[in-house]
Amino acid sequence: MKKEEKTISLTVNGQLYELEIGNKPDEVDPSHTLAQTLRETLGLTGTKVGCDYGACAACTVLIDGKAALSCMMLTVKCDGKSITTIEGLEDPKTGKLHPLQQAFIDNTAFQCGFCTPGVIMSAKALLDENPSPTEEDVKQALVGHFCRCISHYLVIKAVMEAAGKRR
Amino acid sequence: MAKEYRHIGKATPRKDAREIVTGRAKYLDDIKLPNMLYGKVLRSPYPHANIKNIDTSKAEAYPGVEAVITYKNVPEWIDGTPRHRRLLDRKVRFVGDAVALVAAKTKEVAEEALGLIDVEYDQLPAVFDVEEAIKPDAPQLYAQFANNTLPRGCRLFGRPKALQEVVMGDVEKGLREADFIAEGTCAYENITNPLPPEPPGVIADWEDPDHLTIWPASQSAAMIRSFVQPYLGVDVRAIGLQCGGSYGSKNCTLPPIGYAAALAKATCRPVKIYYTKEEHFSAYTLRLGSRIHAKVGIKKDGMITALEGEWLVNTGAASELTPGQVAVACGEAQLLLRCSNWNLQPKVVCTNRNPSGVVRGFGGQEFKSALMPILAMAMEKADLDPVEFFKKNFVKPGDGYYWRDGNWWVYRGIDYSRAMDKGAEVFRWKDKWKGWGKPTKIDGTKRRGVGVGAHGNADIGEDESEAYVRLDPNATAVLLACVSESGMGERSSLCKMVAEVLNLPLDRVNITPPDTLVNPYEFGLAGSRGTYTVGSAAIEAAEDAKRKLFELAAPMLGAKPEDLETKDGQIYIRGNGQKRISWMRAMGPTRTCTGYGRFEADFSLCNFMMTFVEVEVDIESGKTELVRVVAATDCGQIIDPLALAGQLYGALGSAGIDTALFEESVLDKTMGYIQNGNLIDYEWRKYRDLPEFENVILETPISSHRFKAIGVGEISCAPGPSAVLMAIHNAIGKRIMDYPVTPEKILKVLGKMKGQQSG
Repeated sequence: MKKEEKTISLTVNGQLYELEIGNKPDEVDPSHTLAQTLRETLGLTGTKVGCDYGACAACTVLIDGKAALSCMMLTVKCDGKSITTIEGLEDPKTGKLHPLQQAFIDNTAFQCGFCTPGVIMSAKALLDENPSPTEEDVKQALVGHFCRCISHYLVIKAVMEAAGKRR
Repeated sequence: MAKEYRHIGKATPRKDAREIVTGRAKYLDDIKLPNMLYGKVLRSPYPHANIKNIDTSKAEAYPGVEAVITYKNVPEWIDGTPRHRRLLDRKVRFVGDAVALVAAKTKEVAEEALGLIDVEYDQLPAVFDVEEAIKPDAPQLYAQFANNTLPRGCRLFGRPKALQEVVMGDVEKGLREADFIAEGTCAYENITNPLPPEPPGVIADWEDPDHLTIWPASQSAAMIRSFVQPYLGVDVRAIGLQCGGSYGSKNCTLPPIGYAAALAKATCRPVKIYYTKEEHFSAYTLRLGSRIHAKVGIKKDGMITALEGEWLVNTGAASELTPGQVAVACGEAQLLLRCSNWNLQPKVVCTNRNPSGVVRGFGGQEFKSALMPILAMAMEKADLDPVEFFKKNFVKPGDGYYWRDGNWWVYRGIDYSRAMDKGAEVFRWKDKWKGWGKPTKIDGTKRRGVGVGAHGNADIGEDESEAYVRLDPNATAVLLACVSESGMGERSSLCKMVAEVLNLPLDRVNITPPDTLVNPYEFGLAGSRGTYTVGSAAIEAAEDAKRKLFELAAPMLGAKPEDLETKDGQIYIRGNGQKRISWMRAMGPTRTCTGYGRFEADFSLCNFMMTFVEVEVDIESGKTELVRVVAATDCGQIIDPLALAGQLYGALGSAGIDTALFEESVLDKTMGYIQNGNLIDYEWRKYRDLPEFENVILETPISSHRFKAIGVGEISCAPGPSAVLMAIHNAIGKRIMDYPVTPEKILKVLGKMKGQQSG
């Protein structure tokens, strides 16, 4: 095996990480999911794992701008990719929240909050692609998200409000 | 009508909002203690068996494994109501029951070690049906429970008496006085899963053999401690974390805590237990199974004259708090029906499946969902509009009832008829209601129907709460109350109440973390009690602290303490804002003022929820769509409109309304496992399938506390399932008496299943 194949590079929230592949604690095991690497290796615990088999979407992050389930993605397959997690939405310099985050606060668009980071990431992917979504577009973009408190109605309101303010 | 306040009644951001939307809120899975081990549980593949042999030697020798525990070396810890369930037993009683525990350096190693444990089972016959289980020759789950039936009379909620039946008046006489009698059986036995997104779990760490600290993923650190302490017989400190949903289910389910505590004891290291989603489905709290055979007498005017019935409660392989749920449901029955003649006999029965436990609705949803369709039969005979029926029968000021503590309480709350009328108006009930078994609208193969359900609970004033409020010289205040956050926003609502009393900006009031070491006594959040009970204690503590502050300030202002006011950290004489001193000046920089408040249990008020639903049934496919929901309540005074709205929308989640349509844990009746125990096969409400949902919230002042408010979140689900059943009956003209109403059941009752005569 060539040396360069033993490391992978990930850009997470704008920061470049060179990660060794292996089975030591600070290395990426070939069996590790992206969710695992983000949470356990990089300490970015904002990404939540609900089911760990791609059925609840709590673990949604953006990979090269597209919403993806980080529990279904092997980290070794993400070499060279750019990943955005919930921790990456605030302006790192000013601490200013992303309009979606602010809209979620203003509308109390969460109850227990466990599904919220994933929902916000899917909503961001939607708004980045379609700045003027209809309510139906929002529902479609969030369809895979398991929310058991039923914050759906307030989430839709928050996403529409954030879209309106960004236009 | 509601008063105008500075904070109360206004939408304000939740105190933890920024943490939640930035991913900084810490849930159990986000916490790692130094030196911490991971625990895993080996689970039974059989519904009923004795362990003949168990060999753990390979697992013990596996690198990274620190402890293996079986029934042979487990501490003698027994939980349940009454106490009956050993942490690990030689006998397993459901598929998923715990057989052995492993603690290891990583989750992966613990998981691998489970596979190295050799177990030989002696399989036993199993029983799943509640009526089969009570037969004399049925397989027996526990030697002490003859006929698998729980004895009555155990202590509940730390009180000497408990309501375990409703017996009063003369049922025979009541039936004679009735104009119509209806009799039937209804089953709400789809044992649905409240299924919070975050799986259950805990970290346990022993300070010494008499002191345990736990970090539970819990709805209430305070309540879980009050259960764990007598269970383990040691002093327990519980530290609450952000909880990723509970819906009752993470309030007092002890096995995960027992596993972590036992492994931590064996290894002298902190141990985390965190269930997988599969374990959450197969080995954690389900709703109770509920089957009612009942006979009711009704007058032409809608008054119920008698109710006689047997309520069979299937608690599965263990009773977490089932007699407590029976007690509350028996009380709630009397809030719903102002009936003088009762003989309602509950029977709690064990069967060989995943145990039932505490879920939002707390037995009341399970009871009402099975009783209401039988009441509907009586209403139909008397040709009554159900809204009018509920208006006539729901508890009125001056009425009495036996509550769960076994005592007679006289209701001093409001008449909820106005909320019922307003809900009906918004729903346009009068236009849509066409009579029993009659559709609202027919459009090709589509039949629209409407239904309604009602529920109330007097646990809004249950048990005790204490609070301190500490005023700091820099014009900030801290509420010391052991309140966890699992989604209700109660921590923020309590801060609003304190800020209102002290007339401070909301960001100047904070609340302590839910840590039982630093906070005064708290029962815990349950039964919508937070607003009234903890609220009362917090208000009293804030008023007490303010009084102490004014005693310090009075001489400086040359006034009496009772003539003083405060705003934004300034103190002045009422009606004279000219002369002011700051809290700093009044207290000095090295003093704080602390007030104390306490709430004593009060079961003389109840909350109320009426759920109106409209469904559309396709009589060709049998598919039912929930088109519209109107939730009507009166909460006295809104504390936070958005937090409340969230609670009411919650009717569609946590095994609520949808238990009538598609939610179901499908139990394999031969092998005893749950066939759809994962998030793909267990159906849940999705974003694209949202019905139109409107909340109708009245604010008629209720004699609770200073702000005239009561809580309602716990009951938002409860009236929904029976309302859906009623709506489907009206849509298709046929009655279905069990849940959920699947397309198969609809086609069958319409005679449209293959092999049936077409109807």
